[in-house]
Amino acid sequence: MSSAATLHHADVHGSHDAHHEHHHHETFITKYVFSQDHKMIAKQFLVTGIIWAIIGGLFSVVFRLQLGYPESTFPWLEDLLGHWAAGGKLKPEFYYALVTMHGTILVFFVLTAGLSGTFANFLIPLQIGARDMASPMLNMLSYWFFFLASTIMFCSLFVQTGPASGGWTIYPPLSALGDASSGAKIGMDLWLVSMAMFIVSSLLGGLNYITTILNMRTKGMSMTRLPLTIWALFFTAVLGVLSFPVLLSGAILLLFDRNLGTSFYLSDIVIAGKILPNEGGSAILFQHLFWFLGHPEVYIILLPAMGMSSEIISVNSRKPIFGYMAMVGSVFAIAILAFLVWAHHMFVTGLNPFLGSVFVLLTLLIAVPSAIKVFNWLTTLWRANIRFTPGMLFAIGFVSLFISGGLTGIFLGNSALDLHLHDTYFVVAHFHIVMGVASFFGMFAGVYHWFPKMFGRYLNNTMAYIHFWVTIVGAYLIFWPMHYQGLAGMPRRYYDFSGWSSFNMFSGLNEFISFVSMIVFAAQLLFVFNFFYSMFKGRKVTDANPWGSNTLEWTTPINPGHGNWPGEIPEVYRGAYDYAKDGKEFIPQNVPVGDDESKGH
Amino acid sequence: MSTVAMEQRKKIHPHKFTLWVGIGSLLMMFAGLTSAYIVKRNQANWQTFDLPQFFWYSTAAILLSSVTIYLAQKAFKQREMRKYRSLVIATLVLGVLFMVFQVLGFQQFWKQGLPLGTNVSSDFMYVIVGLHAAHVAGGLIALIVLFANAFNTKTRTYNSIPVELVSTYWHFVDVLWIYLLIFLIMIR
Repeated sequence: MSSAATLHHADVHGSHDAHHEHHHHETFITKYVFSQDHKMIAKQFLVTGIIWAIIGGLFSVVFRLQLGYPESTFPWLEDLLGHWAAGGKLKPEFYYALVTMHGTILVFFVLTAGLSGTFANFLIPLQIGARDMASPMLNMLSYWFFFLASTIMFCSLFVQTGPASGGWTIYPPLSALGDASSGAKIGMDLWLVSMAMFIVSSLLGGLNYITTILNMRTKGMSMTRLPLTIWALFFTAVLGVLSFPVLLSGAILLLFDRNLGTSFYLSDIVIAGKILPNEGGSAILFQHLFWFLGHPEVYIILLPAMGMSSEIISVNSRKPIFGYMAMVGSVFAIAILAFLVWAHHMFVTGLNPFLGSVFVLLTLLIAVPSAIKVFNWLTTLWRANIRFTPGMLFAIGFVSLFISGGLTGIFLGNSALDLHLHDTYFVVAHFHIVMGVASFFGMFAGVYHWFPKMFGRYLNNTMAYIHFWVTIVGAYLIFWPMHYQGLAGMPRRYYDFSGWSSFNMFSGLNEFISFVSMIVFAAQLLFVFNFFYSMFKGRKVTDANPWGSNTLEWTTPINPGHGNWPGEIPEVYRGAYDYAKDGKEFIPQNVPVGDDESKGH
Repeated sequence: MSTVAMEQRKKIHPHKFTLWVGIGSLLMMFAGLTSAYIVKRNQANWQTFDLPQFFWYSTAAILLSSVTIYLAQKAFKQREMRKYRSLVIATLVLGVLFMVFQVLGFQQFWKQGLPLGTNVSSDFMYVIVGLHAAHVAGGLIALIVLFANAFNTKTRTYNSIPVELVSTYWHFVDVLWIYLLIFLIMIR
């Protein structure tokens, strides 16, 4: 099969062609800094995300040192962190700051902006056959708002009273009262400002993604011919656009409580022996507003990983994805259910038990579309001619983690069981596997798979395989034992367990987890090295379609310019998954349906 | 092929579509606030309050401004530029008037013995009405840009998209205000 694009007449895409003409005079600034090219913006998101991932990951290694070796001191920590680690031992206040920032950074800055920002920007125009986003200007602003948010958050790490330390969920009253903790002072203000910028960034991005997908598809690209990556990114954007504003309204009320003396969330509080005048507020109200975003946020993180894994698994199985429409339908169902389950984070807040049982039912319903997806991934792999490329390994790893992390979700979704498991390491293990590590695997799969398209070079395979095996084995070794600790009742958010005789038996296990987390972190640095090394020195791509893939991004030149296709945008004649059809290994979407071709698949 | 080409032309302009999605997003923010209001209302310590008189004047101003911007858009499409300019100015004035009445309303409210921080119910009024006013302010900035373009005689623009975008957004903040007003009157 040749990779040459099938071109079509000029009149159809006249309007699209018009706007790639005026990008002749590109300077360094317009090409690399204030770029309006979706591919460059994607790379900006990716590199910023990688920097944040290193910072956020490093934080977890530092606080794991405290949890794993509570009796030891590390003099070099004092060199690194100054008075926060006086005498080589982490201060409790800073331990909480580290945990808070680890959550904030990885949930928002890496797995939302870094993941959606990168792949929605990169893949949407390329895979639907568009020259750029609906509004390249808003797209550029989206990145620069993210950059601003990043800068503010980064600065907050260095203020004297420390960054926000009330948990990434910033529950009041801890977050609403400056006197509550050292991190609740200027660090919390910077957190809120930074997140406001972040919300603007993700809304601008989301508006663009939705409009581009619905409005800018090439000729013949009906919605049911879209690759599953695009479907997943579409629902991700819808979730973001509808849920982030609610967080913003919650944050606005919090700002009023912090700075203007209102009491939306505060009531009857005694702080440092002083009775506060605030009356009539309810901290639970914040939790409702927060989790109305917070739960969809989980799927904002997870859906892009699902979409990319579906695409990569199908390409490297050399088989059509099993049940395309079921895949689309299940993503849709997950997106709807995402808005209806937020109170399962709040079973122990004194929620009405009847209401709780409704949320239990809705929560457990998510298992249905999730199981459909898992079934379809496994049946796609079944009896396939699998190519174990690094991208494919990470995609399969994603499925594995999604299964093992998803199953524990069924435990936690039961309000009766949650009474015992709430705020234990069981929860930590559950969400790290199903949302954190699984989405990271989707992201790695995407980077390994689309790196040739991004930079015209391959990543080094040896380093990639080492990265994969260390990470998957390490991830299970870190989080599997945490289920056991959680079932035994070991609570989250404790600085030191050595004072409790009931948890002393876990000290060996804690040390083991901390040790493995360091090895896994080192493996991620190997990936970072591979990424930047291969960007300049990697093996060059010589084939425009190196994976033998059907989607449109591989019909562009190896290093596409702004506008993506030098000539006409290819026209689409078929869905994205015609693999192993009529004895042909693959048939790209821009190849017309032949007379001798069988109907359907 | 020509039918497909025509279908493509019939499609809504991407910027307009983006605006509609954005409006959906803004609605969610106000839905968040108004549902928080409802939740709070069902708890103890709720105090009912009356809205200031000035809100009725501001309602009249913003309703009228919706009419003027509709006429302005119509005039622009018919290339009656003089009429268009005066209608944009009228809208701008009415928009500023709306903001003035809101501020006066806040003052009246404050002097009634309900300054910010007194009780949760009246504080909600400040936040919800204030946030709406912030969105009207955004619309005013867009109107000023339109206004500047309308008096720029060097370049002529025949593109009606910016006018339509501002007009849609302006109708949105108008309808949103009506909704919030009814909400604050009915549920207290």
